[in-house]
Amino acid sequence: MTAQPKTKSSQQPATPEDNQALEAAPLRIVIVGHVDHGKSTLVGRLFHDTGSLPEGKKEAIEKSCERRGVPFEWAFLMDAFKSERDQNITIDTAQIWFATDKRRYVIIDAPGHKEFLKNMITGAAQADAALLLIAADEGVQEQSRRHGYLLSMLGVKQVFVVVNKMDRVGYDQAVFDNIEREYRQYLSTIGVDPLGFIPVSARDGDNVAERSPHTGWYGGGTITDVLDDFEVPARDEKAPLRFYVQDIYRFDHRRILAGRIESGSLSVGDKLVFLPGGKESTVQSIETWSAPEKTTAVAGESVGITLSEQIFVERGHVAAQAEGEQRAATSNRVKARVFWMGQKSLDVGRPVKIKLCTAEVPAKLARIDRVFDASTLEVHTSQKDKINKNDVAEVEFVTEQPIAFDAADVIAPSGRFVVVDGYDLAGGGVIYDAPYDVAADAPAAPSHLPVSSEERSRRFGHQGGVVWLSGKGPRLEFARALERQLFDAGFATAMVDDGLLEGADNRAVLACARQLAKAGLLCIAIPPERVVPRFAGVAQFFPVRVGREGDSPDTLVVDPEQTGLADAADKVLAHIGPRLKRGVEEWFYEI
Amino acid sequence: MSLDEVPESRRERDLALDKLEAQSVFVIREAFKKFDKVGMLWSIGKDSSVMLWLVRKAFFGHIPFPMLHVDTQYKIPEMIKFRDELAKKWNFELIVETNWEVYNSKKTFPEGNATRVECCSALKKDALQAIISKNGFDAVFAGIRRDEEGTRAKERYFSPRGKAFEWDFKDQPPELWDQFKTDFEPGTHIRVHPLLHWTEVNIWEYIEREGIPVVPVYYDMGDGCRYRSLGCEPCTSRVESPAKTAEDIIVELKRTKIAERSTRAQDQEAEDAFERLRAEGYM
Ligand SMILES: Nc1nc2c(ncn2[C@@H]2O[C@H](COP(=O)(O)OP(=O)(O)OP(=O)(O)O)[C@@H](O)[C@H]2O)c(=O)[nH]1
Ligand SMILES: [Mg+2]
Repeated sequence: MTAQPKTKSSQQPATPEDNQALEAAPLRIVIVGHVDHGKSTLVGRLFHDTGSLPEGKKEAIEKSCERRGVPFEWAFLMDAFKSERDQNITIDTAQIWFATDKRRYVIIDAPGHKEFLKNMITGAAQADAALLLIAADEGVQEQSRRHGYLLSMLGVKQVFVVVNKMDRVGYDQAVFDNIEREYRQYLSTIGVDPLGFIPVSARDGDNVAERSPHTGWYGGGTITDVLDDFEVPARDEKAPLRFYVQDIYRFDHRRILAGRIESGSLSVGDKLVFLPGGKESTVQSIETWSAPEKTTAVAGESVGITLSEQIFVERGHVAAQAEGEQRAATSNRVKARVFWMGQKSLDVGRPVKIKLCTAEVPAKLARIDRVFDASTLEVHTSQKDKINKNDVAEVEFVTEQPIAFDAADVIAPSGRFVVVDGYDLAGGGVIYDAPYDVAADAPAAPSHLPVSSEERSRRFGHQGGVVWLSGKGPRLEFARALERQLFDAGFATAMVDDGLLEGADNRAVLACARQLAKAGLLCIAIPPERVVPRFAGVAQFFPVRVGREGDSPDTLVVDPEQTGLADAADKVLAHIGPRLKRGVEEWFYEI
Repeated sequence: MSLDEVPESRRERDLALDKLEAQSVFVIREAFKKFDKVGMLWSIGKDSSVMLWLVRKAFFGHIPFPMLHVDTQYKIPEMIKFRDELAKKWNFELIVETNWEVYNSKKTFPEGNATRVECCSALKKDALQAIISKNGFDAVFAGIRRDEEGTRAKERYFSPRGKAFEWDFKDQPPELWDQFKTDFEPGTHIRVHPLLHWTEVNIWEYIEREGIPVVPVYYDMGDGCRYRSLGCEPCTSRVESPAKTAEDIIVELKRTKIAERSTRAQDQEAEDAFERLRAEGYM
């Protein structure tokens, strides 16, 4: 997709509907990319060309440049520190407000120098969408790739690539096309699908707010069009409830549990379960001050509630709905992908602290599966005992006490954490696997079930799970080969597709597969629509894409047409086998 | 507030304000939980009045720590009247600090014995440091916003200050997913900024919605002029404006292209005057 060019709106008075959109919370856009590729310049120029600079700002910048004896620099709008201006480099991330005819924005400028990666992460972690800049004369560089990877890790899904400094290459389409090809190739290997590419010259304003006369070969819109085409992320009120307790107040006769609803919603009368621990109580009231009374609160709200039965709860515990929704997983083992920003490396066995929402626990790195350079994606194969600054790794932490969490693709806010080393916040982690208690989202407590999930696992020798086949390849043929292979490897298997359930949609296929998984079987599901559900409700859920695209961090991709059915099935077996069996051993060797 | 009770035309604004409020409440509660001794810098301006209101939101009407006021003795007189009346009405602890040594020695700008920046440095920055060290605060809240000025645009919600109160802006801690720097070396302290993500317009929209009391000089004082930003009388000028209500101010701000702090003379003395003041510990 390219941004849709729009006809410039004539200077008509704004209608009430326009005013409505302009009152909504701003969309947050981060600008990232390699050092010196023109990120801050783009912000300055964008502000100027849309008439958004405060009075006298341009003159102030002119003076500041004259004093330094340098040509005019748009970047000085964002680069406010003297040392940033003296060296013409952004040190720290900055935020500035901006509006188009369509809506309001917060523009987050991030530094591109590798030394300031922690500041880039600080900026990017707050964004709803990103512009990733690549200078046409230098092309794809180290931080272009690393930033692309980090965006995907931080959960910024909407990325538009801006090829800047087109003036330096004579607005040559071939240069633009080459960069697009090279960078798309890289992004596809990390599972990122950019929304599009746009050629600009930030310094000269080409395709910034006005279409450039120099890029006749380009059919898309301007930077402002790109911004207006980003989507506002929806609030997650339908997801399972996660209410992390922040503090408990007793300022007066009330005992108020204060905290933020990270996902889902809660209402007066709801029965909640607090994890870890599993104690249950009912919401008696939602407390407010100088605001109308309320009986329901939803994701994003900072609230205070009282309970009808007093139970022991403390900061760091999370409330989930006791009935009808998936509970958070509880464990003292956390499997995650981490990025490290600390000066000191993170070593296996060294005590650190994990902070996840309001939970805080002492922890140690128990194991490193893989360390790699987030720019080259090169795996440091011999390195198994430490993670150096700016590297990314797949690891397992062990915590001193159990904590409650989710897999990030199930519920993002409770699926990520930071690592504190000494006094410093030095790393971030995204949890890719959570040991959900398969029976816990069923209404009855495990003791009421005739057969527990542990008993089933012992009988079958593995946990139940779902293999979810998406992609454009030959799924049915592959599913048959896969079931044979898994069965031969000792798994109790089953298969569900829309042929089996007549006229079924994805939800129905998922519901059926989930039941089979709860019964302890490994179920291969072929959904009618080739998409992966956002919330599977099954602990052991393995999306597998049958097709030709490259690998992505969260989805296994197989290409039976290329490798043959048997090899593709082997790949899936190698991926899921150890995970389903490891769970069983852990019950016997409880740590 | 329930959505059905809000007139259609105000829904988007209200949702946006709810979001700003929820984030600030989260930050305030986090600091209150993590630090033993906290206080809030209350400059009596519109921002810190909103911040004080948010404290009451966070703690259900209570104000569980003192308000700190750095009084240069040159403040606009209406501010002091407002301060004392509100402290009495809402019944909170108020700690006032003045650098009497410098004030009495007349080494100040209004007396013609110092530049504006030197004066700010002594009467504001030094008095602020005194208030923090005398009372042993681990953390103080300050109502600064990113949209005010370039160096504030780069601030963190939890910003560590060194033993000499300095701000090491070239090496700020990362801040992500609302995880803040809450572990720090003894002798250092944290500035907490719950309003960082608000704009000047948001502040007035919230004042209007919630009915928050502010110093009356923010509105047309009868001669077609009002203060847009409050500070010391000799260094703060008024803007021409007929605004009589918060809603009038909102309409006015949405049109203006004049920066908020342009009425604060000390910022204009040198390009990096404000940066240097802030690096040395000013808010
Ligand atoms: N010729 C040309 N020069 C540009 C363009 N955009 C930016 N520059 C120049 O490139 C240099 C770096 O620009 P910045 O905007 O500071 O780059 P940045 O990406 O913000 O750099 P960091 O924040 O330090 O990573 C400046 O000297 C700009 O004037 C462009 O479109 N064409
Ligand atoms: Mg820059």
